[in-house]
Amino acid sequence: MFGKLSWDAIPTTEPIVMYTLAVVGLIGVAMLGTITWKRKWGYLWREWFTSVDHKKIGCMYIIVALVMLLRGFSDAIMMRTQQAMAASGGPGYLPPEHYDQIFTAHGVIMIFFMAMPFVVGLMNIVVPLQIGARDVAYPFLNALSFWLFVVGAALVNISLGVGEFARTGWVAYPPLSGLAYSPGVGVDYYIWSLQISGIGTLLTGVNFFVTILKMRTEGMTLFKMPVFTWNALCTSVLILAAFPILTATLLMLSLDRYLGMHFFTNEAGGNPMMYVNLIWAWGHPEVYILILPAFGVFSEIAATFSSKRLFGYVSLVWATISITVLSFIVWLHHFFTMGAGGNVNAFFGIMTMIIAVPTGVKIFTWLFTMFRGRVRFETPMLWTLGFIVTFSIGGMTGVLLAVPGADFLLHNSLFLIAHFHNVIIGGALFGYMAGLTYWFPKAFGFRLNDRLGRIAFWCWLTGFYFAFMPSYVLGFMGMTRRLNHFDNPEWRPWLLLELLGVAIILCGVAAQALQLFVSIRRRHRYRDLTGDPWDGRTLEWATSSPPPLYNFAEQPKVSDLDAYWGMKERGVSTLSHTDYRSIHMPRNTASGLVISLFTLICGFALVWHIWWMAAFGLVASVVTFVVRSYDEDTDYFVPAQEVARIEAARLKDLAEA
Amino acid sequence: MKRAMGYCLVSIANLFLLTGCNLVVFNPKGQVATDERDLIILATGLMLLVVVPVIVLTFVFAYRYRATNKKARYSPRWASSYPIEAVVWGVPLLIIIALGWVTWETTHALDPYRPLESETPPINVQVVATDWKWLFIYPDLGIASVNELALPVHTPVSFTITSDAAMTSFFIPALGGQIYAMAGMQTKLHLIANETGEFRGIAANYNGAGFSDMHFATLSLSPADFKTWVTKVKGAATPLDQARYAQLAKPTIRHPVTYYSTVQERLFLDIVDQYEGMNKARKPKRDQAPLNGAQSSVTGTRTDQHPSLLAEEQ
Repeated sequence: MFGKLSWDAIPTTEPIVMYTLAVVGLIGVAMLGTITWKRKWGYLWREWFTSVDHKKIGCMYIIVALVMLLRGFSDAIMMRTQQAMAASGGPGYLPPEHYDQIFTAHGVIMIFFMAMPFVVGLMNIVVPLQIGARDVAYPFLNALSFWLFVVGAALVNISLGVGEFARTGWVAYPPLSGLAYSPGVGVDYYIWSLQISGIGTLLTGVNFFVTILKMRTEGMTLFKMPVFTWNALCTSVLILAAFPILTATLLMLSLDRYLGMHFFTNEAGGNPMMYVNLIWAWGHPEVYILILPAFGVFSEIAATFSSKRLFGYVSLVWATISITVLSFIVWLHHFFTMGAGGNVNAFFGIMTMIIAVPTGVKIFTWLFTMFRGRVRFETPMLWTLGFIVTFSIGGMTGVLLAVPGADFLLHNSLFLIAHFHNVIIGGALFGYMAGLTYWFPKAFGFRLNDRLGRIAFWCWLTGFYFAFMPSYVLGFMGMTRRLNHFDNPEWRPWLLLELLGVAIILCGVAAQALQLFVSIRRRHRYRDLTGDPWDGRTLEWATSSPPPLYNFAEQPKVSDLDAYWGMKERGVSTLSHTDYRSIHMPRNTASGLVISLFTLICGFALVWHIWWMAAFGLVASVVTFVVRSYDEDTDYFVPAQEVARIEAARLKDLAEA
Repeated sequence: MKRAMGYCLVSIANLFLLTGCNLVVFNPKGQVATDERDLIILATGLMLLVVVPVIVLTFVFAYRYRATNKKARYSPRWASSYPIEAVVWGVPLLIIIALGWVTWETTHALDPYRPLESETPPINVQVVATDWKWLFIYPDLGIASVNELALPVHTPVSFTITSDAAMTSFFIPALGGQIYAMAGMQTKLHLIANETGEFRGIAANYNGAGFSDMHFATLSLSPADFKTWVTKVKGAATPLDQARYAQLAKPTIRHPVTYYSTVQERLFLDIVDQYEGMNKARKPKRDQAPLNGAQSSVTGTRTDQHPSLLAEEQ
């Protein structure tokens, strides 16, 4: 009846897991209780859960990303503590079967359920505003993407309490991830959480590709698009081209595991090398999916806080496009050590290095944007400066790893770990944090507390250097990744130093949590009435904070690259309209949420081989989708009087500001 | 209090200085590792040519053009300069061209499949990674050992590597780069030890629960010591046949060092072939290869790329 699922699936013998579950359970009950007590369910349902508004979906993406950041970071703390404890021959406190799940979960969560939703969330909040659109091209699809992503995140977290997670590393190389070496449900949780959230990501790619190409406001040609939007466009292209590879690869892995096929097994002509190629043919574009939007954020911030036009816009756009193309022909650098010949290795090594050229151009672009500017050291700019320095180091070690002869010694070592954390934390994550600080007032209508933001930045920056620079050294000392325990006492001081770094980052995370808390409490004091708190340059700052549901009462006409800056310079107002027209908007719908709920049932059932339940979930989600397709009442008009009322309130706010 | 802190600082500094000497990558004991280290230093140096100016410029520009410094020139519309753009595209491009050339040359020179040039004839070692131990078969000597690899110093070693379980990576950091060990397939690696001593060998790719303990001692021995070691192994009086191997291949963690005085013929190839992988299909060809002169001349250009041929002939 319930497939492989039984009461034994709950790890009651693991005290760490049980305590975690108890704490999570308490927090959950407290949250649900507060919502019920404050009678907020109706509000949440109407305004958030069923919303198709890109701004609200963006905010929800980022909220989930921040929660998952805490989960992934807890995993990191546990790993670092284990390594510091087990550094002198002892077993530490985490046995391999638990530790191996933690490092797998850490990678999966940070990439798929922290970084991806952060990227998509920022794109959701910013892109339609920057191109002067009222929403994305397919608002319902957008809501569906979000809820499918939530299902993936939910499955990963369910695996903590019911069953286990994969013990394979985050890319789950077969044959280790095959049935022969991983008979448990861990890899199945991995497969279905990635498959389901991956569909959501693919739909996001479609959505933003169409939105950016078809929904730009009058006058905004491709080469007048803000750089963040350019990066979002390239990211969408990467998603469109790369995610189907992931879907197909994971599908083949599931066929191996569920139907006894032999795509990637050791036996019967299966070939694990094929999986390694395929997963990185997706995996390398994936890292550019994570970093390109961050580059976009830094470009916007560098121009805004230097009070100057972005240097070399055209160069920057072409650099972005060339990175997009090149990212598809470098995947083999993830496995130079698999035994390809000299020609193949050299080709992929050199291709990888070539990416350093457009990336270097980008860095110089930000530098020369500051040149002859008036640099204001607001928190987003601090993140940007921290990024330029840190990312330069990470880029350098990356190019070093692209030299096959050097990679033979450094591959799989902590040097590699240091490198990719250097670019993913110092590059991508710093970008997301900068973007969050920068656009928070736009999304919520009030600023974040400045002092705590600065403290968070300095903690993250120094913490990062303490936590990962020793990893470069440990790599040179021959320490390899994913070690549970070891008998080399020489590594210990460096590991302790790294633990100190983790503690400093923890302070940064605490400062950020406090910052959110304080800012929400003082939201009236921190309110942004102008809609333009940073003296911005692009269209999102032309509307109120938070923007009205339709974004712009009248879609702005664009004639410059920095559209809003140009308007401000020429004294063109975006407001002085009296003849408001009614505005065509999409209607809220619960279908995205309902379809995803059925998908969750299906995914969970597939993990545990509960076939009737899986069939039910699949059929129910398809039926819901079909029913939704026949729904013709999907849009409505905001009446002109309503628009006039909202705009009048906005004018009143502006007069106060 | 102050003194205690000072003492702590000094002892921490000592700790790092002392351990700093043991950077295995910068302290190679083999020719391949030495070449690879030199490559790391050269490549890093080339890149620092552009990375250092970037970092310095970041601080200089941020400080000089700070908003409070009204003396600095302010050109809010200035956003393009062909000379500067030529430099920012050109300089990285030049460095990458140089590095690309270095990469092309060294990737071929350091190709792990390329036999090393030496007057001493090479010694062959067949390596099998199983869960979670390393088996070393010496086909020329007819002996085998588990979790202990002995090599004569100054002698090129030709490794043929496979796995009888999940994929992992065979790596002796002091001697040179690593290569994956995969079931049903053979990879090749050539190393040479320049000094005698004991070096750590590891599994460098995560392969399951016993991964952390899957390491072995590499003994680089003088010719006389190596002979003694071989005699010691031969004295173990335990033959390694299919049955014993099947027992050995079962998952174990921290398997003790074990010696086998004789090894069943073709054992290594049987381990590879049991998976009916890519090599199985080629098997008839391999048997015919010595008979077919034309074919062997084709493969003869790079027999080192076809370790299955080599293994058969041994």
